[in-house]
Amino acid sequence: MKLYLLIPFLPLTAFIINILLGKEVLRDKAHWPSILAVVGSFFITITSVLPQITAGKIINEDLYTWIVSGTFNASVGFLIDPLTAVMLIVVTTCASLIHIYAVGYMHGDTGYYRFFAYLSLFTFFMLMLIMANNFLQLYFGWEGVGLCSYFLIGYYFNKKSAADAGKKAFIVNRFGDFGFGIGVFMIFLTFGTLHYVPVFANAATMIGKTVNLLGWNVDLPTLIALLLFCGAVGKSAQIPLHVWLPDAMEGPTPVSALIHAATMVTAGVFLVARCSPIFNLSEFAMNTVAIIGALTMFFAATIAIVQNDIKRIIAYSTCSHLGYMFLACGVGAYAAGIFHLYTHAFFKALLFLAAGSVIHAVHTNDIQEMGGLKKYLPITYAVFVIAGLSAGGFPGLSGFFSKDEIIWSAYAAHTPVGKFVWILALAGAFFTPFYTFRLIFLTFHGKNRGGHDEHGHGSGHGSHHGEHHIHESPWVMTIPLMLLAVGAVAAGWIGIPPILGGGAHFAEFLKPVVGHPEFHGTHAEEFGVMGLSTTLALIGLGLAAFLYLRKTDLPEKIAKQFSPIYKTLYHKYYVDELYNYTIVQPTLWIAKKILVAITDAKIIEGVVNGVPGSIGWFSGKLRKVQTGLAQHYGIFMAAGAVFIIALVLLLR
Amino acid sequence: MVPLHWYMVLSMIVFAIGVFGFLSRRNIIIVFMSIELMLNAVNINLIALSHYIQDLRGQILAFFVIAVAAAEAAIGLAIVIALFRNKATAHVDEVKEMQG
Amino acid sequence: MIQQLFFIYFAFAITGLSLLVVTRKNPVHSVLWMLLLFFHIASLYLFLNAEFMAAIQVIVYAGGILVLFLFVVLLMNIREELTISKFIGAAPTGFTFAVALLVVVLLSIRSFVAAPPGIYSIDLIKQETHTKVLGKLLYTEFLYPFEVASLILLVAIIGAIVLAKRRLKP
Repeated sequence: MKLYLLIPFLPLTAFIINILLGKEVLRDKAHWPSILAVVGSFFITITSVLPQITAGKIINEDLYTWIVSGTFNASVGFLIDPLTAVMLIVVTTCASLIHIYAVGYMHGDTGYYRFFAYLSLFTFFMLMLIMANNFLQLYFGWEGVGLCSYFLIGYYFNKKSAADAGKKAFIVNRFGDFGFGIGVFMIFLTFGTLHYVPVFANAATMIGKTVNLLGWNVDLPTLIALLLFCGAVGKSAQIPLHVWLPDAMEGPTPVSALIHAATMVTAGVFLVARCSPIFNLSEFAMNTVAIIGALTMFFAATIAIVQNDIKRIIAYSTCSHLGYMFLACGVGAYAAGIFHLYTHAFFKALLFLAAGSVIHAVHTNDIQEMGGLKKYLPITYAVFVIAGLSAGGFPGLSGFFSKDEIIWSAYAAHTPVGKFVWILALAGAFFTPFYTFRLIFLTFHGKNRGGHDEHGHGSGHGSHHGEHHIHESPWVMTIPLMLLAVGAVAAGWIGIPPILGGGAHFAEFLKPVVGHPEFHGTHAEEFGVMGLSTTLALIGLGLAAFLYLRKTDLPEKIAKQFSPIYKTLYHKYYVDELYNYTIVQPTLWIAKKILVAITDAKIIEGVVNGVPGSIGWFSGKLRKVQTGLAQHYGIFMAAGAVFIIALVLLLR
Repeated sequence: MVPLHWYMVLSMIVFAIGVFGFLSRRNIIIVFMSIELMLNAVNINLIALSHYIQDLRGQILAFFVIAVAAAEAAIGLAIVIALFRNKATAHVDEVKEMQG
Repeated sequence: MIQQLFFIYFAFAITGLSLLVVTRKNPVHSVLWMLLLFFHIASLYLFLNAEFMAAIQVIVYAGGILVLFLFVVLLMNIREELTISKFIGAAPTGFTFAVALLVVVLLSIRSFVAAPPGIYSIDLIKQETHTKVLGKLLYTEFLYPFEVASLILLVAIIGAIVLAKRRLKP
């Protein structure tokens, strides 16, 4: 039996068991099928798949043919190569740890079985996505994870904001998926097949071909790459489709950790890396990817420094780091992007889970109402600091190596776009530790600000949880935290660059799939770049410490001084308002005034009511023939007889 | 010798009169009598034909027509009596329960 | 010649009498005119060498059915009949279609083709009496319809009694 087939289908089985038996039979034991399934997938990955891949073997098999229609063949198939293996490790590790964490976090919730069922379903779709060997299965997994994201964001469906956030995520994703779908169509039209291997092998035949689009001749590789990138923009929350990610924080924290930090949002980066043969053919597309990634990174980081919701800060941080990954892919360093994906999964999931631990303790999301939690939540504090240092790019931790790889690639790419994105990347290197440690200092240090009624707003029961009743999370939650902290520290050690003494194993591992970028730079330049980014990180941390530990009244003064800038950042550059005004309201207007009032009420209702109405009218008229008087019937009979005899006479 | 078509014309005229009476009289008894008139017209036709083709089957049929007409008249009049007992009227345009 | 004159008299008499039957206001008058009509039809049958049929016509029709009609007419309110209109609203339409039927069938009589003559010539009927010939035919070749007719008459007897019976007081 092919063991790798179990990897996606174990979580699917867990979903089926949970959704059918969870409500009545399993109830609060509903976590067992899910956890067993995902840990089983993890073990199969580590013990069976990984050794095979590191030994150089690539698994590419079709399970069965799904659709046969003319010349179109679509099958369910699996491709496991080094890139898939990396993603498998990320997904199964994070999923296992988060499943275990969720047992403690979701304890006592009424929809317990539903949560684990959806979580398992999500794991299944994600695994199908990354193990696909053709674009159609990729799209299947793509849509499936979007669907599960909708389910899980809107998990607390009784809350209107949660239901709205789920809808927003799905609809905004759809915008991106539209372009992605067209890209898949174009691939089929160009290559006649959707399987990766033939498409990438023949990718070079696309060079120079153009497509006539509305009168302009558009370069074919650029068009396909940009269309595929549309999907990545939607799924990975890049500008302009980033608006769903902060709202997605309405879902429970394990969902935010798994879906919106470690796995689903990274599917976009995975897509770009997987389609690197296509992207490599189009300089324009790669520049677009890099610029959008860099802009998103800068943009999200600037918003994060003024937010007050603990999860939203981390959400914007995710958005920003995804920008890093796209930046890397855009300058050709796909391995660096995937490396950052890999380390980011650990420290971002850790940040989210630790934030969840804090929320679990104080029952509020607003960091302005926290403070001084260091002594109540020691383990959470410790892992938070580790994750923050890793995210900020502190030397020695995993985030440092991956971030540095990206910044170096941006510098060494020696293109004008490369220089531009390098400067933005340096800005990001400054902001990331700043907002992360702002978060840590406001939450854990200083005096506890909870329990004050002057605020008026803020989450519901922040007011009656002052300083009493705060306790550390149970073991089932803290052990995953600690394991993830180990990953946040050490996971990056397999990718230590050569100049620091390592073997750059990660890049070597991925070389057969994504190739090796041609970078030229002296060792001095490399050390210089590394030193510059590290210095900026330390400055960021120092500034955060200064503003939030020492002079704690200064931030408010600065906010008042630069009030317009502060307001813009606080309101997320008013992008949501812009979209609402230009897209949402016109659509609603069209729906209400035209589609409902005219086509639905008048035309369709007209037909649907009109047909029976006219039948009724006609039968009302026809009914008058039945007078009840036998003589009238006799007249009809006589008339009929006359008619027939006359007819026979005339026709003879 | 009386030509055959004279008998047929006569029969048809009596039949038409019977039809007219059936379709236009108000009293239900007269309507029944118009039906008998129609049947008699048919009998005339049958017997005339039987005489001219020299085949007795026309008369046999006329015989059965008379028998069945008797039966039908009996039952029809029984119905009229039952109707008259319930509605106290013998006018066809006042028995309109089946209208609509 | 004589035959044609006789026939013309009978034709006019029958036509006039039937018109009288359908146009009288008093139903008793209608019944009486019908009686006269039946006698004329019986004579027409005699004219056609069908004595038995003439006898049956008088006995069954004039003597049975018309008496039945007369009894039922006498159960109704004659005085009311004399005051109201005798035609219903559909009378013009009825008249039109009756005339149309007449015209159409008269037009088609022209194309009538008679079957080849059978064996029962007038001489044969005169030699063996009409009754005997009719009886022989009726009881051999047409026995089954004869029995069915008797069954119909049985149904008519029972049906008439059931329909017109007064409800028994419990």
